[in-house]
Amino acid sequence: MVMSPARRTRALQILTLAGGALPAASLIVSARTYGLGANPVEQVTHITGDWALRFLLLSLAVTPLRRLFGWSWIAPLRRTLGLIAFGYACGHYLIYLGLEHFFDWQLIVEDVLERRYVTAGFAAFLCLVPLAATSTRGMIRRLGRRWVSLHRLVYPAALLAVIHFLWLVKSDLREPMLYAAVLSLLLGLRLWFRVLGARARKPIPDAAKSV
Amino acid sequence: MLIRRADPIESGEITSFDLFLRRREFLRGTGWAIAGAALAPTLACGAEGETAPPAPAAGVDANPLRADDEPTAFEDATRYNNFYEFGTDKSDPKRYARKLRTRPWSVAITGEVAKPGTIDLDDLLRPHTAEERIYRLRCVEAWSMVIPWLGIPLGEIIKRFEPTSGARYVAFKTLLDPEQMPGQRTGVLDWPYVEGLRIDEAMHPLTILATGMYGRELPNQNGAPLRLVVPWKYGFKSIKSIVEIRLIANEPPTSWNLRAPREYGFFANVNPDVDHPRWSQKRERRIGELRKRPTLPFNGYADQVAGLYAGIDLRKYF
Repeated sequence: MVMSPARRTRALQILTLAGGALPAASLIVSARTYGLGANPVEQVTHITGDWALRFLLLSLAVTPLRRLFGWSWIAPLRRTLGLIAFGYACGHYLIYLGLEHFFDWQLIVEDVLERRYVTAGFAAFLCLVPLAATSTRGMIRRLGRRWVSLHRLVYPAALLAVIHFLWLVKSDLREPMLYAAVLSLLLGLRLWFRVLGARARKPIPDAAKSV
Repeated sequence: MLIRRADPIESGEITSFDLFLRRREFLRGTGWAIAGAALAPTLACGAEGETAPPAPAAGVDANPLRADDEPTAFEDATRYNNFYEFGTDKSDPKRYARKLRTRPWSVAITGEVAKPGTIDLDDLLRPHTAEERIYRLRCVEAWSMVIPWLGIPLGEIIKRFEPTSGARYVAFKTLLDPEQMPGQRTGVLDWPYVEGLRIDEAMHPLTILATGMYGRELPNQNGAPLRLVVPWKYGFKSIKSIVEIRLIANEPPTSWNLRAPREYGFFANVNPDVDHPRWSQKRERRIGELRKRPTLPFNGYADQVAGLYAGIDLRKYF
C-alpha cells in the first residue's frame, strides 16, 4: 500500500510525538514504581530540562540533515520537535515556579534578576513562547515573511539554554560542553550553507573585474 | 567490630562537653531556657518565648550534640552523595564506591606535632570510644540532611600526637588512587582532595572524625573508613576517606577553593546572608521534605561556634 505524501507526513509526526512523550512517560512510570530518588524535585527538574534542550537541538538538526542528505520528508518534523521541546520547557519552568519557589513571586523575580543562570534559562523560555504561539498553519500564513524572521528566535533560545546549563554546573562541564559542541556544529553547518549559497549566486569578484 | 557504641550520657566527659557547649545559656542566666531545654524541646520553645522575649533565641537544639531534627532516611543518606572521587552524579558514589578497600588503612599524622607518624587506622581508633552525634549536614548546593554519626572528637585524636605551638592549622588529604576511585581519572578537581581547618575549629568539641553512621560502619560512599564532620560548615569541608592529617603554621590550600575561589571560601561557614555567587543560600531543601526551610546561621550551631569568628567580616571571609 502506498501512502500519499500528506499521510506519510502525518504518520511521521505522530511517531515523533509518541517518541517525544516517551521520556515523560518513563518519568511518570518510575515515579510511581520506585520513586525519583532522594531529591525528586531536583530529579524532575533535571530530566525535563535535559529533554527540552535535546528536542530543541533535534529540531535544529532537521534543516542541516535535509540539506546534507536531501531528506525532504524530514522538514515537517521541525515543528513537531520544536513543540515537544517547548512542552518539556514548560514542565521545567512550572516545576521551577511551583516546587522550587512555591509561586513566591517576589523570590522568583529576585532569582531571575540576580542569578545569571536563571536569567539565561528564563530568557531562553521567553524566546520559545512566541515560536510555539505562531506554530500553527494559520499563523504561518498570516505572518508570511515575518514568520521566518520571528522564528530565528530559536537560535538565541538554544544558545541561552546551553549557557543556562553551563552556568549552573559546579565543576563538571563535560555534559553542557557536549551540548555546546552539538549546537556549534548545527550553527556552523548553517553558516557553511550560507557561504555556499552566496558563492553560487554571486559571480567571483576577480572574474567580474577582468571582464 | 571497630565501632563500639557507648551511651554518650554515661561518659562524664561528654556531659562536660554539653555544659561547655551551652555555656552561653548559663552566662545569659536564662534559667528557664536551660530547664526547658533539659526537659523537652517543646517545653524549651514555650519557656523561651515567655521569659525573655527580646533576648536572642537560645540554641536550636536542646542538646547540640543530638539535633532535635528527624534523621534523614538511611537509604537517602547513602544514595544521594557528593563524592567526586567516584563520579559527579549523586548516584555515582553508591554505584562505584564498593570497589574501595577500607582495610588495611593507615593515616599519616605529620607536621607540627611532637609525635608524628603513620598509624594503622585500627590503632589510631583503639584508645577511643565512638560517640553518636546527630548533626545537620548542609550542602553548599542548598540541600540538607540530618545524620546520626558515630565518631570521635578530632581534638582528642590530635592531642595524642602532641601538637607544637606552631600548629595553627590542620590540613587533611583524601586517598589518591585512580584505580579504586574512577573519578580521579577525570579533571573535575585537582586530586587528591584536600581540606583544612583552623586549629581552634579542629579542636572544637563539635568537630569529629566519623567512622560510622546510623549505628553501623560508615558506608564507602559516605567517606569510609574515616571522614571529617564539621556540622556548622558546608558539606564539602567534611573531607572523606582521609589518609593524612598534617598540622601546619599557615592556611592550607583547599580543593573547592582552588577550583573556584570566588565561590568557595576557606571558612565555608553555613551563612544564609552570604549567597553563593550563582545561587541563594537563604533556604534549603531538607532531603525527604518538599517545602524548603530557612537556612540557619552556622547551620544552627551559632551558639556553639559564632564566638570562633568574633570580629571577623564573614562576608569577606566566607
